[in-house]
Order: sequence, then structure tokens, then C-alpha cells
Amino acid sequence: MAQPEGLLYSKEHEWTKVEGDTATVGITDYAQNSLGDIVYVELPRVGQVLSKHASIGVVESVKAVSDLFTPVGGEVIEINPSLEADPALVNREPFAGGWLYKVRVADPGSVAEGLLSPADYDALVAEGAH
Amino acid sequence: MQTTPTLRRTALYAEHLALGARMVPFAGFEMPVQYAGILKEHDAVRERAGLFDLSHMAQFELWGEGAAAWADTLTVNAVATMKPFQARYNLFCNESGGTLDDVLFYRLPDRLLLVCNAANADKMWQWLTAHAVPEVGLISHHGSRALIALQGPRAAEILAPFADIDVAALKYYFCAEAAVDGVAAVIARTGYTGEDGYELFVSGEEAPALWRRLLDAGRPLGLEPAGLGARDMLRLEAGMPLYGFELGEDLSPLAGGQRWAVKLDKPEFVGKAALAAQAAADDFSRIAGFVMDGRVPARTGYPVFLDGRRVGEVRSASFSPSYGGRNIGTALVEKAAAAEGGVLGVEVRGAVHGAHVVPLPFYKRPK
Repeated sequence: MAQPEGLLYSKEHEWTKVEGDTATVGITDYAQNSLGDIVYVELPRVGQVLSKHASIGVVESVKAVSDLFTPVGGEVIEINPSLEADPALVNREPFAGGWLYKVRVADPGSVAEGLLSPADYDALVAEGAH
Repeated sequence: MQTTPTLRRTALYAEHLALGARMVPFAGFEMPVQYAGILKEHDAVRERAGLFDLSHMAQFELWGEGAAAWADTLTVNAVATMKPFQARYNLFCNESGGTLDDVLFYRLPDRLLLVCNAANADKMWQWLTAHAVPEVGLISHHGSRALIALQGPRAAEILAPFADIDVAALKYYFCAEAAVDGVAAVIARTGYTGEDGYELFVSGEEAPALWRRLLDAGRPLGLEPAGLGARDMLRLEAGMPLYGFELGEDLSPLAGGQRWAVKLDKPEFVGKAALAAQAAADDFSRIAGFVMDGRVPARTGYPVFLDGRRVGEVRSASFSPSYGGRNIGTALVEKAAAAEGGVLGVEVRGAVHGAHVVPLPFYKRPK
């Protein structure tokens, strides 16, 4: 069974990109725009084991604290070292330099469960925008 | 069944939409919280200039020769000693010394202009009318008159071509009756950002065209529209209280850091006895400024500790570009915890993070 290519999305406006058994996670452009200027990101620790959909950190903007719900489960193998000094990177490059963390996925085949395709996520965002 | 009242709109509502503002409910009005972004707008005000719509605030007028003396019976600071065209910060209290509102008075030749917080508009109008005397006329212009604030080091330069008076020569905390872009206005050199700037009182009908003309003329000089989000960050950095956070019916002017505005030698005013007693005992919890030691921001309501004992809570808090990118805030704490330099703990999501008490303001504009 082929691994999913491209990005998958959660209803909580996170994205994940799976390459082999490594999943990179971030928040979407819609999320960073809604949040406004991000001033602090609280990430899980390297080595921490995450359960899919669990609340595992926060993204704080000037005006609000927003929980991070991990779209994938697994062991955290890397967190973005740039975000401590430059949390605004998440605003500037939500899909690139502003990635949040990477996990080793225990079961790559089940990553897509409960997540949205790009088209379905676009539809969700279009519904929510007014 | 409950119906939600619809939000009111200021005269500049369409302008905000046209500028792509993110609108939010605030004090019963639909107001712009941001346009390009809070940090961008904050920086515009500190470095160049920002334009704010404050038309949701309550504008009241007090008419009659006895108006100032009457106002003195309801406020803590002196009104009758205000010079012609002077502006002065003041507070209304209830009999217990709790703050009903913090306000600005502007002494015009034939009337006192009183600007109250939008959130307190109805409460203050009821308080004023309940204490009314026949010799003092009260008029409310809430919702019909507009208020545009132009704030920042370039404010004078941007406003100058529009005004028929020398705005640079207008003294700080003074005002003038003048024309702005041909439109009758009260121009005041006041503001809530810690920068130089002006507040322009004009009719609601004439406000949209004035707003557009100021923006068009000011853009080349770096003028940006700025919303309530930036306004809150700027005023906190400047050490200015916000009603509901540093002042309230449970937070007297003394507790809220405004002791300087309380003239206990005034013959009589509502709340005087309570405030005098509070001042004498000096054992009340009070507002203290603090800075977080690390990168985790504080938020309203977070518990505050001194030596492991809970002593209060965070009231206002923000990331502060003008305070070195640190996280600042105010906390309502027991007297012992308010001492400058004191080490505090702020509980953030179950973990206690270090902070230090620092004097207000966090930011003062360069001379």
C-alpha cells in the first residue's frame, strides 16, 4: 500500500506531510492568518510519544492561545529549532520554514484516517470564511 | 427565547471594510481589531503614524456656568481648575470608592466635553442624569459624533496641511476649536498610545471623507490604519490603565495606580470618604507592572505567586515590541508583592514561570 503523498489536513487546521515513516506537522495558512501575529509556540519534547488528535502544545498569538492537536501519533524526533527565537516564522512560512515538529509514525498506513484531503480541507475553509 | 441585540456601527464602518479590517464586537459596536496586523500597526504608530476610529466612545457635553463645579462633585480630579482649552484625565467613583469610569474632560469656552469608555456609555449616562441639577445641561452625542485619533511621531506633519490652526504649536493636553479639511472640529493633543498625536472630534456625517483624506495624504509618510488590537498593546506599553483591567468597580483609582489623579483636598465628591480611608490604611491589593523572565507570555487571569504563595492574578498582558520583545503585563497583587524589583511567579498552564516587578510605564517616547 502506497504512503500518502502531498499534504493531509486536520479539522483543527494542521497539516501533515508523510515521507516514509516520518511525518512533519505544521499549521495551515488559514490558521496562521486567523491567529494573527504569533509570539510563542509551545511544542512537544523530542522523545515524547503523541496520541493522534491529542492536545500536545499551544500556539500563542498577540490576542489568543490556541491549542495544538496533533494530526498524527508517534514519537517526536525533531522540533523546529527556529521557532523559539522567531515564532513569527510560522506566520511567514506556515507550510515551509514554519513547520512545527516531526514524528516517527508507528503505522504510516493509518495516518490518513480522520484527516482531510486538500480538496476537503479547502471546502472546510471556504465554509468557515465569511 | 433570547434575541441577540445587533451590533452598532460607527460612521466609519464602511471604511474599515474597504480596508479589509477584521471586525469584532466591542462594547456593543462592530469595531476593527486589526487591518494589516497588530504588530505592523503597532510599529507604524511608534515609528510613523496610525489612524484610529474611536467613534464608539461616548461623547457627552456638560453646559452651563456651574458645569465644572458640578463635575467636581462627581470626580476625583479637579475640573474647575482646568484652564480654557485644557484637557484633563479624571475618574468617576461610586460611594465605595470603586471606579465607575476613567475619562477625559476637555474645557471648551461654553461647555465641558466629556469622553467616556464605550463599555461604560450607558452606565455613565445614567449616572450623570441621576445626579443632574437644573443649572447644568447634559447632552449625549454617543453614536452620532465621530472621533478619529492620529497618533505617532509624524502625526503633526500629517495633520498640519489639513488644519486652520498651527497644530504643532498646540500644547500637549490642550485642545482647540478649528477646522480640519474644512470641517468643524475639536482638535485635542491627547491620546492613548504614549506617542505624540491628536484626537479629532467631528460630526459623524463628515468623518468618512476626513478619514479617507487623512489616509491618502498620510500613506506616503507611512500612515496606516490601526485597530483595537494595536491600541491595547500601545496603551499597555505606555502604562495606561484600561477600564475592566486596571480599573473597575472593584478597583479604585488608588488600587489602579491613579493616586496622582485623586485630589483628596477637594471639598466634596462621591467616593471621597472611602478613598481617604483607603489611602490612610494603604493595605489594599494594587496594580503592579511586571515582565516575564522568559519567552512564555502571561495572559489575563493567570495566577501570580510570591514565594510560593498566591498573591493575585494577571490583569493585562502582552508581547511588547517596544520593551525589547519581552512579555509584559499588569497584575493585581497584595501590597507586599507590588514592590519594584520583586520576584513573582506566574502560573501558565500549570507551570510557574518567573517574572519581575517593574515600574510603569514600560515605554516612554523619546524626547
